Amino acid sequence: MFSLLKGMWIVLKHTIRKRETVLYPEEKPIRSPRWRGRIILSRDPDGWERCVACYLCAAACPVDCISLQATQDEHGRRYPEFFRINFSRCIFCGFCEEACPTYAIQLTNDFEMGEYSRHNFIYEKEHLLISGPGKYPDYNFYRVAGISIAGKGKGESENEKPPEDVHSLMP
Amino acid sequence: MAEPVRSIVVLVAILVGVLVTAAGLIWLERRLLGLWQDRYGPNRAGRFGSLQVAADMIKIFTKEDWVPPFADKPVFVIAPAIIVVTTLLSFAIIPFAPHIEIVDLNIGLLFFLAMSSLSVYSVALAGWASDNKYSLLGGLRAAAQMLGYEVFMGLSLAGVVMLAGSFNLREIVEAQTKTWFVIPQFLGFVIFVVAGLAETRRIPFDLPEAENELVAGYHSEYSGMKFGMFFVGEYIGVTLISALIATLFFGGWLGPLLPPPLWMIIKTFVFICGFILVRAALPRLRYDQLLEFGWKLMLPLSLINIMVSGAIILVAS
Repeated sequence: MFSLLKGMWIVLKHTIRKRETVLYPEEKPIRSPRWRGRIILSRDPDGWERCVACYLCAAACPVDCISLQATQDEHGRRYPEFFRINFSRCIFCGFCEEACPTYAIQLTNDFEMGEYSRHNFIYEKEHLLISGPGKYPDYNFYRVAGISIAGKGKGESENEKPPEDVHSLMP
Repeated sequence: MAEPVRSIVVLVAILVGVLVTAAGLIWLERRLLGLWQDRYGPNRAGRFGSLQVAADMIKIFTKEDWVPPFADKPVFVIAPAIIVVTTLLSFAIIPFAPHIEIVDLNIGLLFFLAMSSLSVYSVALAGWASDNKYSLLGGLRAAAQMLGYEVFMGLSLAGVVMLAGSFNLREIVEAQTKTWFVIPQFLGFVIFVVAGLAETRRIPFDLPEAENELVAGYHSEYSGMKFGMFFVGEYIGVTLISALIATLFFGGWLGPLLPPPLWMIIKTFVFICGFILVRAALPRLRYDQLLEFGWKLMLPLSLINIMVSGAIILVAS
């Protein structure tokens, strides 16, 4: 009997507690920086597309929601001809982000992706590609990858040495 | 004002007031439960969700009113009406102010007890007529529970009646001008609150509709406004018990400064909030615990209460 009254008193004390509810449309919930939300394709600091169309994201995707087609420009820079994510399938697992060797594909904080029509969930490259570098502001794949590309020969960027003459290594 | 006109005005005012209160309690209860559980409750329809009641009404009136083909149709239809009628009739005897009451019945308290006993028919018949095993179990539980609790509900009020020397609620209130009966009859008050909770089938005693074991108990098969009637009946019952607690133990309309009806309304609402607090805080009893609690603890307690207060009154006189 006494414990009942004590329980009621505890509940009554909640009158002056702060409410836990987040009033959603007016007040956005606090999300972690690592939140896995809407997927974007980023650009490197020089403004080029980071994606090199290696297909690793499509291979890693457990629900097969990513499809793309690789192509090359005149300098030998690979890029996706089209890049399509079907968000009605996507489960926001983040495997594509983990698989990506160039930090091109990234998951963002945005989760408000509701649509009235199902075909609006299919995002093409124009919807996915953003103008900035996303979570990794300084990273540029071609500056660390050691391959030659438009105006940059082998060994010319940071932490790189010019290629060894393999014949000089002969015993 | 002519006497018949005046009584009609009082009658309509009390009827409308009670129904509005019962409807408003849907909102009040959800808001208060929200407050006590650190959330908001309905807050979208209108200011602070105040139009929620209107939205609920529109919804419940436009829902399909379905009678199951296997149900006992006439009984099925009448059952929800009984609970609303009996609880509303009980309001006839509650004095809201010195001369604001529908009937000045000299056996008012007995009338209330009779009406609250009748309301058990509603629940038991609803469970029976639904021809559904869960409904039937709910109805049976309601019958057993309400019969058990009816007994000491009446007995718990005997102390009040002895002190006031009358069954008339107006005279009971007038007898409380010096001290509220909650002080000499504290045990009676506690017993009456427990019995009142059981009578309205609210949370520690809501076994007839125990939704985790009996779907929704006696109203599993009801839909639309028939279900709404049970709901409204429950809220009218809460209002009724709160008004009675205020009248019998807390001096009804008596109070300083404010006008008498306002005091009555304030006291009633305090007890309604108390009922909601009980719902927010306590879990549901088990069926055997409930009956054991009623017959083995509350009934002897109320008998002791009668004997002790009777002896004290005898000695004092």
